Amino acid sequence: MRAVRWLAVLPFLALIIGMFFANRTQPFVLGLPFILFWTVLWVVLTSAIMAVVCLTDPANRGGDA
Amino acid sequence: MNAALAVLILGLLVALVLGLLARFGKTMTLEQWSTAGRSFGTLFVFLLSAGEIYTTFTFLGASGWAYGKGGPALYILWYGALAYVLSYWMLPAIWRYAKEKGLLSQSDFFVVKYQSRALGWLVFIVGIIAMVPYMVLQLKGLGSIVQIASYGSLSSAAAVWIGALAVVIYVYVSGVHGTAWTAVLKDTLVLVVVLFLGIYLPVHLYGGIGPMFHAIDAAKPGYLALPSKGMSVWWFISTVLLSALGFYTWPHAFQAVYTARDARVFRRNAALYPLYQLILLFVFFVGFAGILKIQPPLTGSAGDTSLLVLSVQTFPRWLVGIIGVAGMLCALVPGSLLVLTCATMIAKNGYRAIRPDATDDQVARLARYLVPVVALVAVYFTFRGGQTIVALLLMGYSLVTQFFPAIVFSLARRNPLTKQGAFFGILVGEIIVAYTTITNQTVAQLLPTFPQWVKDLNVGIVALVVNLVVAFAVSSVTRRPDVSADSAVRA
Repeated sequence: MRAVRWLAVLPFLALIIGMFFANRTQPFVLGLPFILFWTVLWVVLTSAIMAVVCLTDPANRGGDA
Repeated sequence: MNAALAVLILGLLVALVLGLLARFGKTMTLEQWSTAGRSFGTLFVFLLSAGEIYTTFTFLGASGWAYGKGGPALYILWYGALAYVLSYWMLPAIWRYAKEKGLLSQSDFFVVKYQSRALGWLVFIVGIIAMVPYMVLQLKGLGSIVQIASYGSLSSAAAVWIGALAVVIYVYVSGVHGTAWTAVLKDTLVLVVVLFLGIYLPVHLYGGIGPMFHAIDAAKPGYLALPSKGMSVWWFISTVLLSALGFYTWPHAFQAVYTARDARVFRRNAALYPLYQLILLFVFFVGFAGILKIQPPLTGSAGDTSLLVLSVQTFPRWLVGIIGVAGMLCALVPGSLLVLTCATMIAKNGYRAIRPDATDDQVARLARYLVPVVALVAVYFTFRGGQTIVALLLMGYSLVTQFFPAIVFSLARRNPLTKQGAFFGILVGEIIVAYTTITNQTVAQLLPTFPQWVKDLNVGIVALVVNLVVAFAVSSVTRRPDVSADSAVRA
């Protein structure tokens, strides 16, 4: 399950590569300009990714960790 | 007395009483006072670090940036999210080491980790230089919040004095316990106020969030995205990365890590924070809502008051008072953590380092006596600082970011940096930060012949890269074969 932790790289890629494509106002998604939608999407996904990493991390089971 | 002022005074009294009650049932040793005896669970650690999210910078600054700069404001949401990803692995390692060695401050970490008193002093001095302007920023914010929200019946100067006094009283008595309890009040209130403003204002003024953005986009095409030069995508990415690295290298954020009960607290919080941070989105909505509606338009740094100005234009006085209390707490709670951290560091890493024979009791007493002193210094610079303090404010984040390489590499199983490497890396990084900030240099001026994308990079990147190069170069010269860092000569 240690491979799961590599998911944490995705938010960084969404910024470093993604922003070049996401820097636009059109199309509007959910009433938000695209750049704002992209930002909110990745904040939510970051939360989800870290929840998955946390749940599958053996360090969180038992012991003082 | 008007209704807004009455609400403000009531809010301050509630915060003060909470801060004092927090003391009950504790014997105030220095460890208890500054790290709560490492007893805090998920909620308190969460709120102490979340104090970072809602300072006056975010309350006023985030709406101010959305109002005055548009798209570039979004960097604030990104750097927080990425900082929390890093925190998942960084904070448990720092916490475990701090607990094992009984560390109380950030300088302690460097002194023990690198076995170097010199490095401890460097981090101590830089930390204080970075924190004082940060406190001043909170007090200045407090002044303008209270002045606007009380409809001018309480002057900015009076608000600064009263706020500073309240902080001194509850930090002196309750230490970090006081900060944690008032943080509960602050975050609850901010949550309610910000959600309300962020939804009500766009609906009331534009008929909804979607219509609001369409109206702004039609009136100011491109304002909601990043410009092609200046605050371009390259500026955005470099600024987000720098700020994310600097997030936990602030001495007060670092010291707050020590208050946790176990390491799991941080891992759980790493998943909760990004979502919690989304509240900032609603702060942005308020700033955006002001763009076409505030008359006359605010220019320059006055944009930072857009949230309050729009509230005064729209709401009855008592409601403006409640919004003002939320803003006031955004200044007092982080301000109190800063005062506490400064006092702990001066007593533990300044006084103790000079007089190693001082007893724990003496150091603890000194730390508490220093609380009013530190607060007075902050108040002095709030009124007298002028342009110097503005330059220092801009510098603060870049200054503490220079600690990042030395902290992260020291957590590795085999630290590639020697104490000399860490020392000179940080020193050179700080000098570059100071030089570029004071002379107002940008990458564009430093490297005039380079392509536009290089010119748009945040100038802090230059300092960090030089810091790394120097740290590794000096380390390779000073590393003696077959001698571990721990037993190497004293720096």
